[in-house]
Amino acid sequence: MKISKIVLIIFLFIGFSQLKSEEKNEVMENKILKNVRCLICQGQSVFDSESDFASSIKLVVKKKINEGASEKQIYSFLKEKYGQWILYEPELSKNTYILWILPILLFLLGGAIIYKNLIIRKKIN
Amino acid sequence: MTNKINLFIFAILLSFCFVIFYKGLNNSNIYTPKIKNQKNIPSFKAKDFYSNVDIDSKKIFEANNFYIVNIWASWCVPCRKEHSLLMKLSKNNSVKLIGLNYRDNLSNAKKFIDELGNPYSQILIDNSGTLSVEFGAYGVPETFIINKNKKIIKKYIGPINQKILEEIKLLIQ
Repeated sequence: MKISKIVLIIFLFIGFSQLKSEEKNEVMENKILKNVRCLICQGQSVFDSESDFASSIKLVVKKKINEGASEKQIYSFLKEKYGQWILYEPELSKNTYILWILPILLFLLGGAIIYKNLIIRKKIN
Repeated sequence: MTNKINLFIFAILLSFCFVIFYKGLNNSNIYTPKIKNQKNIPSFKAKDFYSNVDIDSKKIFEANNFYIVNIWASWCVPCRKEHSLLMKLSKNNSVKLIGLNYRDNLSNAKKFIDELGNPYSQILIDNSGTLSVEFGAYGVPETFIINKNKKIIKKYIGPINQKILEEIKLLIQ
């Protein structure tokens, strides 16, 4: 009786952990698909699109995840096949550095203008 | 003086924005993936169109020939348009045409080939579209030119026309 209980607990535990890893894979798959642009319907992500291209990409991503590929490996695979534009979040490279650095520069410039104005006001007061 | 500097900065910013937007007006808003020069052929396994037997990509591209991989489907109207040009191309001995039947109904595809002729030395089935993704294709028709070193040297998105046919003939000489 005791042994059968232990076996049951072990089976439940294995089933539960498998379910958890499947859930984890699905979360990762959805995250990737939301960051991949559909090249047929170019306003939509692959996650939202029902086009033939999107469903093929969904299958490829699922297969790669099941084979144990990491998120980064899948992104670089897609980037190699279709170019940087397929990813919604572009990586920092020589073509995209203005995109990444300009907001920071504008933020600093704005901060400097506000700071300068505050000092001038203080001096006047 | 400060006012003048501010005005100058404002004018520069305004002209910067104007130039960016003006340049953007002429850009196409449809992105087409570019091919990096000399890409390797992906390695894959695919089912043969007639025998339904699994074939390895190494076996498909083993001859010392130029290869043309053409992605097609019976439901694709532009494929019908380019088919006569592919038939012309298949008469060239220095090149082998490989067809990739994309997300198609097999009996419709067979009817298509029976009706218009078979330019391909081999046809592979790509029911799920994943094989086309391996090639970096995103629709039908697409055509890839592979040289004798088994590198993809050129890719044509959309149907082949007379001008492209002449270009391909020069490439495979």
